[in-house]
Order: sequence, then C-alpha cells, then structure tokens
Amino acid sequence: MIAEIGQYVLIAALVLAGVQAIVPLWGAARGEAGLMAVGDRTAIAQAVALLIAFAALTHGFVTSDFSLSVVFQNSHSLKPMLYKVSGVWGNHEGSMLLWVLVLALFSAAVALYGRNLPPTLKARVLSIQAMIGFAFLAFIIFTSNPFARLTPAPLDGAGLNPLLQDPGLAFHPPLLYLGYVGFSMAFSFAIAALIEGRVDAAWGRWVRPWTLAAWTFLTGGIALGSWWAYYELGWGGWWFWDPVENASFMPWLFGTALLHSSIVVEKRDALKSWTILLAILTFSMSLLGTFLVRSGVLTSVHAFATDPERGVFILAILAITIGGALTLFAVRAPGMKGGGLFAPVSREGALIANNMLLTLAAATVLLGTLYPLILEALSGGESRVSVGPPFFNATFGPIMVPLVLLVAVGPLMAWKRGNLRTASRKLIPAAVAAILAIAATFLAVPDGPGLAPFAMGLAAWLGAGTIAEWGGRIKLFSSAPTVSLRRLSGQPRSASGMTLAHLGLAVMIVGITGSSAWRTELVTTLSPGQTVEGAGYAVTLESVTEGRGPNYSFERATLLIREDGKLVTTMLTERRFFPVANQTTTEAGIRTTLLSDLYGVIGERGRTPETANAWTVRFFVNPLVPWIWFGALLMSLGGFLSLSDRRHRVGAPRRAANAPPANPPSQPIPAPAE
Amino acid sequence: MKQIPAILALTILVVMAGGPPALAVEPDEVLANPVLEGRARAISTELRCVVCQNQSIDDSDADIARDLRLLVRERLVAGDNDEEVVDYIVARYGDFVLLRPPFQPNTLALWLGPPLMAVIIATLSVLFYQTYQRRRRAGTGPEPLSPSDRAELDALVERIASTNPPSPSSVPRSRFRAEIEEGLKPPPDPDDELPGADESSDNDTHAGNADTQRQT
Amino acid sequence: MRRLVVILPVLLFAALLGIMAALLTDGERNNDPSRLPSPLVGKTAPVISLPAIAENIPGGFSTEDLKGHVTIVNVFASWCIPCLAEHPLITKLAADGARVYGINHRDTAADATTWLRRHGNPYEAIGADTDARASLEWGVTGVPETFIIDANGKIAYKHAGPITPEVLEGKILPKLREAEGG
Repeated sequence: MIAEIGQYVLIAALVLAGVQAIVPLWGAARGEAGLMAVGDRTAIAQAVALLIAFAALTHGFVTSDFSLSVVFQNSHSLKPMLYKVSGVWGNHEGSMLLWVLVLALFSAAVALYGRNLPPTLKARVLSIQAMIGFAFLAFIIFTSNPFARLTPAPLDGAGLNPLLQDPGLAFHPPLLYLGYVGFSMAFSFAIAALIEGRVDAAWGRWVRPWTLAAWTFLTGGIALGSWWAYYELGWGGWWFWDPVENASFMPWLFGTALLHSSIVVEKRDALKSWTILLAILTFSMSLLGTFLVRSGVLTSVHAFATDPERGVFILAILAITIGGALTLFAVRAPGMKGGGLFAPVSREGALIANNMLLTLAAATVLLGTLYPLILEALSGGESRVSVGPPFFNATFGPIMVPLVLLVAVGPLMAWKRGNLRTASRKLIPAAVAAILAIAATFLAVPDGPGLAPFAMGLAAWLGAGTIAEWGGRIKLFSSAPTVSLRRLSGQPRSASGMTLAHLGLAVMIVGITGSSAWRTELVTTLSPGQTVEGAGYAVTLESVTEGRGPNYSFERATLLIREDGKLVTTMLTERRFFPVANQTTTEAGIRTTLLSDLYGVIGERGRTPETANAWTVRFFVNPLVPWIWFGALLMSLGGFLSLSDRRHRVGAPRRAANAPPANPPSQPIPAPAE
Repeated sequence: MKQIPAILALTILVVMAGGPPALAVEPDEVLANPVLEGRARAISTELRCVVCQNQSIDDSDADIARDLRLLVRERLVAGDNDEEVVDYIVARYGDFVLLRPPFQPNTLALWLGPPLMAVIIATLSVLFYQTYQRRRRAGTGPEPLSPSDRAELDALVERIASTNPPSPSSVPRSRFRAEIEEGLKPPPDPDDELPGADESSDNDTHAGNADTQRQT
Repeated sequence: MRRLVVILPVLLFAALLGIMAALLTDGERNNDPSRLPSPLVGKTAPVISLPAIAENIPGGFSTEDLKGHVTIVNVFASWCIPCLAEHPLITKLAADGARVYGINHRDTAADATTWLRRHGNPYEAIGADTDARASLEWGVTGVPETFIIDANGKIAYKHAGPITPEVLEGKILPKLREAEGG
C-alpha cells in the first residue's frame, strides 16, 4: 500500500516537473508574473512529493518488504537497521530517487529563498531545473522503477554488498549527490542567463552560494568515500584513479574552477562567457558520471548493475541537456561583452591561471578516463588499452605543482593590477618555510623517494603563504594585538573560508606525500603468540577468536604493537564472512596519531595442516595519512564558513535597475577574498 | 622457538617508493631477495589483473593475479630485466594488461593530449599578454572616436554653445570640447595609484572600496 | 575566430556522444575485460608440456604433439559450470572428426576423472594444468577457452567463454575450415 503511494507521488512529481518546465518559462517570455509564480509552488510541491516517495521506499527497506523488487535484491531481514536505511540508496533505483529528490530540494530552496532574484531569472532557473528533473523522473519511472513489485513476495532478501555495510559508506552517497546534483543550480543559472542574454556581476553573486554549497558537499563526499576505501578495503589505499572515482573528481575540478571564476564575474564583471561555459561543463561532468556509472559502458568496482536500455535513455538525456546547453552557449556567447582591462599580474590574472590549470587537470582526467572507450569504439573493439594510476600520476601531478605554487600567490594580488614586488616581499615567509621543509625532509628521511622533500616544500610554501596572507590581512605583528583582534573579528567569513580551504589543501598535500612516499609494510604469517619485527615495530598476534555478528561470522585477531619493547597499542582486526552474499570483508585495526597510522589486517588462515593455526598478518605504517582527511575537512569547513557569510546568506542583492552591467551593486561590507 | 627461522623466511619488509601496499601478496609468494622482491612489487603495480575491474595484480586476490605475480617473480629469478618481464606478459595478454599505456600510435592522443593542451593554454596566455600590452600602450581609455562620433560631438558642442548665451568667462569651444572628451573617460581608478606595501595587504577591502567609489 | 571557439565544445561533445552511442548499441560488445583480443592469434603457440591427469585417461601432451594437424585445444575444469554447458558441443566437434585436445585447468585428478567419466571424454589427449602455469603461457584468462591451432602450430583463433551453437556455427567452424584450407 505504502509503496503504491510512493508510485503515485512519483508520477505526480513527473507531472509537476512537466508543468514547472513549461509554465514559468512561458511566463518569463511573456512577462506574466502569475505564470512565473507557478514555478515556486510546483517546485515546493515536487520536493514534497519526492520526499514522500523517498519515505515510502525507506519504509519498504526498514520493514523488509520483500515484495518490492529493489528491497528483495538489496536488503535482508538480518541486516542492521542502519544498513537497511542506507540500502535505500545503495542500489541503482533508490539512488536515482535520491538524485531527483536532491534536485527537487535544490529547486525548492530557490523557490523559498530566492525572493530577491529577478522574477524572470528565477522562473527560468526553476524551469531548467524542472526539465532536468522531468528527464530523470521519466528515466526512473520507465526504466528503473523502485516500486516494482514481485509476486509472490520472496521470503527473504538477497542482501546488500557487505563492503557497503559500513557507516562511512552509508552517508557517502547522499553527500556526493548533494554535490553532483547541487551543480545543477549553477547550470540552470547559466542557461537562464543565456536565455536572458544577460550576465553581470549580480548574476555572479547569485550563482556563487549554490556553487559553493555543492562544492562543499562534493568535497566532503569524495573525502568520505576515500576514507571508507582506506579503512574498509583492507590495504590502506585511498585513491585508485578508478573511472568512477574520476567521475566524481571531474565535477570537483571543474566546480573548483567555477568557484574561482565566478568571483571574477562578481567582482570585476569579467570572464563571463568562460564562467557560463564552466557552469555548463561542471554539471555536464556530473551527468557524465551518472551515465558512466549506470550505463555499463565501462567496468568499475563501483558500477551499478546495468542494462543497455538504461544506458541509451541516460545518453539521450545527456544529448539533450548538455548538447542543448552547449549549442545555446555557442549561439549566445559571441554576443557577450568582455570585461574590463586588467594586468596579467593581478588577482584576475591569478584566478585565470588557476582556471586554466584546473581545466587542464580536469581535461586530463577526462581524457584518461574516456580514452579506453574512445579507442575501443574507433578501432571496432580490436584495440584495447588500460589507463591506470601510472598514467594519472604521471600527468596529473605535474599540473598540480604550478597550481599549488599559485594558490599561495593569488590572494596577495590586488585586483586589476597587482604589484609583484610587494607580493614577493610577502612571500618571503613561504619561501623560507619551503626551503626549511625541503631541508628537514631530506635530513629526516634521506633514503626516501627524491621527489618527496619537494612535495613537502610545496605544502610548506602553500601553508606558510596562506597563513602569512591571513596575518597580513589582520595586521598580525605589524600592529597592536588589539588591532589584530579587531581586524580578525571584522574579517568577512568568505575571506576566512578561503584561508581555511587553502590551508586544507596544504595539509592534504602533506598527507598525500607522506602516505605515498614513506609507507612501510610487513607481510607475514603468524600463529597466536608469535611475534615478528619490522617496519620499526614488533607485531604480536596475541589471539584469534571466532564469533558472530548480526549477519556475519568473524575471526577477530588481537595484535599487540610494540615499539622499543613498549606496548604502543592493542589492535583488533576482523575478517568477516557474510553467508548471504558469500563474501568476505576485512575490518582493519587502525591506530591514528597525528604523525601516522598504524594499520593492521588479519588475512586468510593457512590452508595446509602445518599452517592451520596460522594467519596471514599485514601491518602497515602509513605516515601522515590522517592529514589527507584532516585537509579535506578543513576544505569543507572553509566552504561552509564562506557559505555562512552574510553576503551569501541574506545579502544577495537586487540587480540595480537599469544599471549598466559594469557597475556591480555596492555593498557595505568589504568584498571577500578568494 | 624453532619456528622463528621459518617466519623470518616468510617475512619481508619492503620500503616501497610510492607503491601501493599489498592486499593480495601472500607471504609464501614473497621472494627471499629483497631487491628482486622490490622489483617484483614495482612491476606488479603496473600490470592489470585482466579479469578484475581496474585492479593491478598487486592489489587483486583473484587466482590469475596470484599466478601472474608468481610468474613475474619466476621471470625475475630467471634473470629477466623488468622490461623483459613486462614484455613476456604483454606478449600473452596484450597491451590491455599495462596500466601505464605504452607510447605508441594508438595512444599518441592520450599521451600528447595533456602537453598539447598545456601548450595551447600557454599560447593563449602569451596572446593575452600581448593584447594587454597593446591596449595599455594605446591608453586605458575608450577607443578613439570614430569620424561619425566626432561629427556628432562637434554638432553637440555647437548646439550647446549656441543655446547657452555666452557668459563673460566664456570658455573657448575647444576647451569645452576637451572637457567633454575627458568626461567620457572612466573615472580614475584608485587601484591605479599603487598603494603602499601595508595598504595593499588589505586589497580586498580596497577592491570593495573601489567598487563603492565607482558606484557613486 | 570567436565563433569557431564557442562551437568547439559542441563538436567535441557530439563526437563523444557518437562514441558512447556506438558502444552502447553494439550488441556484440562484451564488456567482460577477460574477453579481449588475444595478441597470440597468428603467432606460434607458446611451448607447453603437460602430464596426463591420471593413468587411465589418455593424455599428457606438448605443443610438439599438436604439429602436423589442425587441432582444437579446449581449456576446461570440472568446477566450471559453463564448461559443462559447452561440453556437448565439444563432444560433437570431436565426433565430427576434429582433433580436440584438452587442458584441464586448476583441477584435481580425482575431480577431473569423475567429471570425465560422468560426462564423457571427447578429447584426443588431456594435459593436467594443476597450477595453471601452462594456461598463463597461452594467455588464458579463465575457463572455458578454446583455441584453434593450425598445422604449423600457429594459433589461428581463440574464443574466450563457452561455445554456444551460434559461436560454433559463426566462429569456430569457419575458422576451422579456414585453418584446414590454408
């Protein structure tokens, strides 16, 4: 019964989306306020309808209603409640429902909070959102109905992939979708602006909070996913350049570029057509990711079970959405006016360089991800290559170096015309920190990989440069502490957000460098009571016990880790067997300190009679690896802080009537730095 | 305690240079010679497990990945150099096993794509710089008046002058015109006067002020 | 110039769409990465030499034994369900006069013997590849796989996956005739 309600509201949402796609757009074209206002109501109604549908599906999972096909295929009565709930989006149908729900929530947010938007722009934005929503709702209803029934209802479900039964992964997809789908807002604003033929500083100011919100969520989602991979896959890797990871990374790279270029639109009324293109590309990457993951054109550990019919449907959506957007861009962009003049050495110049490098990085990832498919199609299947981590490491790394160097410099530049001499004077602390870091790393780890000290130097450059810029802003040390304190509290939150996010990047580089350059590992076979020394530690397998979890059986090993005879930690690591899925997972024992992770995993029990009481034990020392996620956390926090800026929250100004586009509306508060 | 030597034989400590750790490598696969083992690990991370989805044979616990790991070690022990080991496997499984695609005709676009894009971006930057220099030399003001604009301006000056009765302090027409042309230029931008070191640390506030000033 | 630049994204995207559409609508396309074109086709089969599974099963063979005739070499295992599915077709091929050799992949002598007794043994000779080392030598990615070796010991064709009646008619038999004719 409840599932049928879900089914009905899903269809109702489709109808609402259809109305919303047409009526406000028409109203905007004819200038009729009544028609335009329809969009607000349908947007909210659509969000409510999809919330009900989502609740209905959740109800099916929570009550283990196996007459629903998705519940049968992806759940099991023995599964813990948390994973029954996360099972809702742990499958193709449910995750698509989440996708459109997030889209509808963003639309409803515009309807509710976008009161200060010009009515025509708002109406058009809502229409574009509804068009995307309509396409994906139709996709769900016609190819991936989450409320399809099975008769007779099976007695029990097939279970959720045990790897996904993990708190980290339970919340990873919702965050990721808030990011992916959130970029639809930038897209819709871009298309609406192209239809209106008007992009100005006010537009840049309106589109930024949405981009920032999506970016913040996506940053968090990607970080959570990689953290999950780190502790769940049992070998301490956290990024694999897998096509599906790349699919989430490309919108992030383009979105980061968009975030920075929209500042130039807002502040200087320049880079307008480029920013519009970036907004289109960013969401296109989200759509491409959706296509790649669900169509079955490529293989990935993360891909959903697929069928070609769905692939063709999504491809058609892509063709219309992206193709239409790019065509509209090609028609309208040449008519767009360029912005004011600025020197190459200026804030604008730095932000353009940032955009070029980020775009280059994103294009490289895109090329590497799609190349095997392109080659296969062009050669008729005769020519197959793999593009794996070695390619991405070789190409992506070198692009990041100048970018990171630049991140420290950009905020020191003045708009329009920067002064290289003043800037370089302020970069002295950064340079000193970089040299010290390189020297210290050489001394501390003389036999490590040769590039690692320079990577640490890069991180120090960025970290010290960012802090120095912040110190300069609040006149730290250069004036009385009270003055600094006053200036600190007077800082716009968006500026502090930038500082935090850039600092997060520096921290993350430290983590990436440490974990990839100086990892040590110990692989051995141990019987209970035995000790082995290596990686600077003595590892004792104290005991192995067997037991049962809610829906699995486990072997739990207790590892004693000693350093110089002193007990550092007692570590529990499990090997879990899920009988329903006939699959084994590992739970790593991890002890985190600021400087490193100790990471222990129990492997298989010996198969021969002599080794029947022995287990493979893997022990890793992952230096600095926690810094990766700490850095990502700082970046997300920076995003949130910036988002909470008054200007973003309530300050989105009205477009000054008849004001020539070159005059951005004035603001009482200082403009943010980014 | 007599088990200790066996454990030592089965144990290896590898300090990897950027290589991923072993999920899959079992203690009994590990070579006694740490140098050879290190090479084996490095090779393994570059070979794709053909039945897996984007995993290297070093990461995968599939049977064939284990077989290939053992094969890599067998060839290394037999005296092959790294390239020979890789060629041996490519001869049997094709280029598909290489996670680092070889530089050859069908991967030219892949390997040359990123540098080519970098060159395009660099060219665009140079072009931008040249445009900037040209426009700066020409003055940051508006484009020079076209003949028709000039004619229109002349007519305007004429009309204003004729409708306003000449005052005692009559301004020569030429100067009046110069003032109008001056007025067409954008207001002086405070950014143009480069601030002192301390002041420019505040360039955000500064830019904000600039906006407000331009507004007024 | 500016117009040309703004049209570029549309063109690139259209090309990408075409490629994706071609891949999606290609019914022949098999996304299983293990079913790849083999670089060994057209080359001399790498040397292998395998012992018999058990005394009472005809077997043990080496690449040398394959020379002089066109042969079919079928990689199979008792634990492999698709192998059982294709077994009747292998049997029919042998009954029609083809020389079929078997490579028993990663199997135990007891299991393989039972399996052959139950389902019949159409093979000229079977080599036991207990550790799958010979399979590796021939670029085998899984079972079942079927090779056609020409009289000179060159690999004329390789099929990965079970032989279905369609595969037999459409691929195996034509390639077999081609190898015999050439």
